[in-house]
Amino acid sequence: MSLTFLYTIEVIANGLMTGVMYSLVALGFVLIFKASGVFNYAQGVMALFAAMTLVGLQNGQVPFAHLINTMFGTHLDKFPWQVPTFLAILMALGVMIGFAFLVERYILRHLINQDPIILFMATIGLAYFMEGFGDLMWGSEIKKLDVGLPQGGNVWLESATEGWAEGFYGFYIDNLDMWATGIAVALVASLIAFSNYTKTGRALRAVADDNQAALSVGISLRSIWVIVWSLAGFVALVAGIMWGAKSGVQFSLSLIALKALPVLMLGGFTSIPGAIVGGMIIGVGEKLFEFSIGPYIGGATENWFAYVLALIFLVFRPQGLFGEKIIERV
Amino acid sequence: MNATAESYVTEDGRTIGAPVMEMKNITLKFGGITALSNISFDIREGEIRAIIGPNGAGKSSMLNVINGFYHPQEGEIWFHGEKRKPMKPYQIARQGIARTFQNIALFKGMSTLDNIMTGRLTHMKTNLFWQAIWKGPAEREESENRDIVEHVIDFLEIQAIRKTPVGRLPYGLQKRVELGRALAAQPKLLLLDEPMAGMNVEEKEDMSRFILDVNDEFGTTIALIEHDMGVVMDISDRVVVLDYGKKIGDGTPDEVRNNQDVIDAYLGVAHD
Repeated sequence: MSLTFLYTIEVIANGLMTGVMYSLVALGFVLIFKASGVFNYAQGVMALFAAMTLVGLQNGQVPFAHLINTMFGTHLDKFPWQVPTFLAILMALGVMIGFAFLVERYILRHLINQDPIILFMATIGLAYFMEGFGDLMWGSEIKKLDVGLPQGGNVWLESATEGWAEGFYGFYIDNLDMWATGIAVALVASLIAFSNYTKTGRALRAVADDNQAALSVGISLRSIWVIVWSLAGFVALVAGIMWGAKSGVQFSLSLIALKALPVLMLGGFTSIPGAIVGGMIIGVGEKLFEFSIGPYIGGATENWFAYVLALIFLVFRPQGLFGEKIIERV
Repeated sequence: MNATAESYVTEDGRTIGAPVMEMKNITLKFGGITALSNISFDIREGEIRAIIGPNGAGKSSMLNVINGFYHPQEGEIWFHGEKRKPMKPYQIARQGIARTFQNIALFKGMSTLDNIMTGRLTHMKTNLFWQAIWKGPAEREESENRDIVEHVIDFLEIQAIRKTPVGRLPYGLQKRVELGRALAAQPKLLLLDEPMAGMNVEEKEDMSRFILDVNDEFGTTIALIEHDMGVVMDISDRVVVLDYGKKIGDGTPDEVRNNQDVIDAYLGVAHD
């Protein structure tokens, strides 16, 4: 086997795994968009907030410590305990579900029957609010997130494949990436099963399809919204854990939402499989492009490749690969 | 027919019971327009009750009031002997009122089976936890309700399209699936908004037969709106006639047919 061929395979494998991470973020968008027609600008910030909450709980940080200290002259910093990782994850999930209730109660309920653009604006406001609120609650410094997943290159794979070609040092695949991929696949599979084989899943799909008809069969839109935002919060938490473990919990985490945009344009805003396939195409595409063409044009193509690809898709297939075709009768 | 009797038996041997639903002096306004003015009528248990009238008479508004999409400014709605408080449509659905729509409102991306399964939602009680692990109560409930749905599918003779996404079905079949979704709820009152609109003669005959069979086999109380006079007069026990938001007639098909106001409303009357 030639060296280039092996490197290409390594690039593709890494691309696939990065792609799955993009999909994880895109998935949150799709869930909310399907059920309520809202493009949730705050999805990235939700991931950041979930990750911050998780780290804060793990470290036993006192929420709003800085604020309380400034106001009352106290010197609070940390509780004398630390919450075990598993429990902290459950608690963070609880916080995201509580957040879903609040969003329904104070935002969605008041914006029923408004244009999508109004709801979109509301989520922009929500994003900025959450960003500030997260900083206030847990502090704005960069935090390290460790949930016990193995990190660094997989030694076994590296040594097993070493010497497959002259001068080849073996495949380098990050353990964390592998875990993330596995977890993302399991998450997607269970989401799809949930929406296909349970009554709530069926209700979710019904609401996504036709609000009025859903009401007439006895589905409460409000409780569906709470469930959908809770699910999106759950997905945000998983994405936050994976990205946070990879590159630290910091503001830039919320910007991965921008990478989810081209994924959605490729896969279609309404399709869960679309989000997955779209993420993989972009992940593999940008890594391969960087690997093969990058060196000739000065590199750093990963910054723009996804957007250009999405732009090309917008011209030729605006509904995305799996999206519903938009037909309008005149 | 004797309007004061608690129950009576029709010529074809069905028992019509006491009123299930009573509309008392319903007035519905949209801004300055009065869609329904001071309308009263009742729907008796086990009967097929038609609401007819020319275009714009307020028939669909009436159905939307019963089903909770519209809230009348004045008047009372009594359901099963109790005055109904203002409610959301989904709460009314949970009380046992199912409906179909004039312009089919199915879940187009979902299969026939899934669409009809949504009709069972009001009867399914397991919580999210059991659903998430899909064992125990959730699994049992799912299969029990599935049996009922399969029965509805057999009844409506749509076995062949069980797995087809309804968006791909022809119009007549979509209407039938929508009826199936409403039937699956085993409603105490079934509202049909123009069940035969846009159908050809054959499809209309099928649909009439299904409506009569539903009423006969399950004893379901049905209120329907329909344009086709022939069909209405054939299948309904009693008919309410609306015109410009007012009630101009109420009675058996024969009584209504001979009512001068109704004839005028439909054929027009010379103003002299």
